Amino acid sequence: MCTVCGCGTGEVSIENNHNHQHDHKHDHDHQHDHEHSHDTHAPHAENGDLHYGTGPAHSHAPGLSQSRMVEIETNILSKNDEYAHNNRHLFSHKGIFALNLVSSPGSGKTTLLTETITRLQGKLSVAVIEGDQQTANDADRIRATGVPAIQVNTGKGCHLDAHMVGHAVDHLGLDDYSLLFIENVGNLVCPSAFDLGEDHKVAILSVTEGEDKPIKYPDMFAASDIMLLNKTDLLPYLDFDVEACIAYAKKVNSNIQVIQVSAKTGEGMDEWINWLITQRKARLTQAKSALSAQLKALETAMDI
Amino acid sequence: MHEMSICEGILLTLEAQAKIQNYSTVKKVWLDIGAFSGVEPRALTFGWEVVTRNSLAEKSELIINHIPGQAWCLGCSSSVTIQNRYDNCPNCDSGMLQMTGGEELKIKELEVD
Repeated sequence: MCTVCGCGTGEVSIENNHNHQHDHKHDHDHQHDHEHSHDTHAPHAENGDLHYGTGPAHSHAPGLSQSRMVEIETNILSKNDEYAHNNRHLFSHKGIFALNLVSSPGSGKTTLLTETITRLQGKLSVAVIEGDQQTANDADRIRATGVPAIQVNTGKGCHLDAHMVGHAVDHLGLDDYSLLFIENVGNLVCPSAFDLGEDHKVAILSVTEGEDKPIKYPDMFAASDIMLLNKTDLLPYLDFDVEACIAYAKKVNSNIQVIQVSAKTGEGMDEWINWLITQRKARLTQAKSALSAQLKALETAMDI
Repeated sequence: MHEMSICEGILLTLEAQAKIQNYSTVKKVWLDIGAFSGVEPRALTFGWEVVTRNSLAEKSELIINHIPGQAWCLGCSSSVTIQNRYDNCPNCDSGMLQMTGGEELKIKELEVD
């Protein structure tokens, strides 16, 4: 993260013109040699992906004075949480339902996503943010379905953070009441700690990975509201114990819902789509109630 | 694996606080790190040394207060310490535990100049 706005120090890239106009006021009263040249901050690939990998060096020149204690009591991820809060606010303002898809690499996230998009097309507006360390392959696969997608390359980064997502959302220009999928970097560890402003984290686990993943990587399954057990078409060829896997997931998160799917054969896809539509509707119903209350208050205020 | 960006996050906070609290050097940083915060203290200490080079916290010491995993057991109505998210209650072996602590990831206080 950069010292100015929290941008990754040059490992991340987002597709499309990243006109990163940093207009920050520096009011440092200590001597602080800022060598920030934000033009180099997020260099762009030809197709406009964002790259956070070539950021500026930090240069600081501290002064001297008396030692003392300062209590600050701050969450270490407060910067990320602030960006996540802003994202969530924007999503709620525009009625966007956002899902953060997390899994290990190779769990079939992108195939599951393209299948999901195909089934939703014509019903509602969908957009995708694709996170990977390198390449725009996944965004290309999504765009082939006709849905707008933007690739965020994290460079050496192991997860998407809320700031990257905020920028990606800017570039995508989301429709009101659309559905946003954020496909996180394939990693069962780090993305669990970073709130992106999503409505739900969706953990995807494929049956080729072993049924004990939920207890081997408990943080991710504890942070997720639903687990999609993918590639169930392969079950006849494996020793994967579905019951044990679900029991492990419930052990780390008693509220987690589990749907068994196969993006390839379509098994369980209806149930997954139903879950998605139901959850989105619940979110919008909540927004509607808030608006109704606001309208009522407004009418009362007018009625004097 | 994201200890490096956690370190950068801490440094950002220290730099932002430097203006508010009027200091220019950080000598010690006290952190609360929960057992289930997803952060490996040794990796954090290693990352800290690297990330703080040429910063106001160069050569500063990280002092990590490890917060154990805590849960409320619905089975025996008591507060218990657990090692893993999937542990049963160490008293009554019930699986109905609600996590109450261990996810902390906080900067508590600083010694500054």
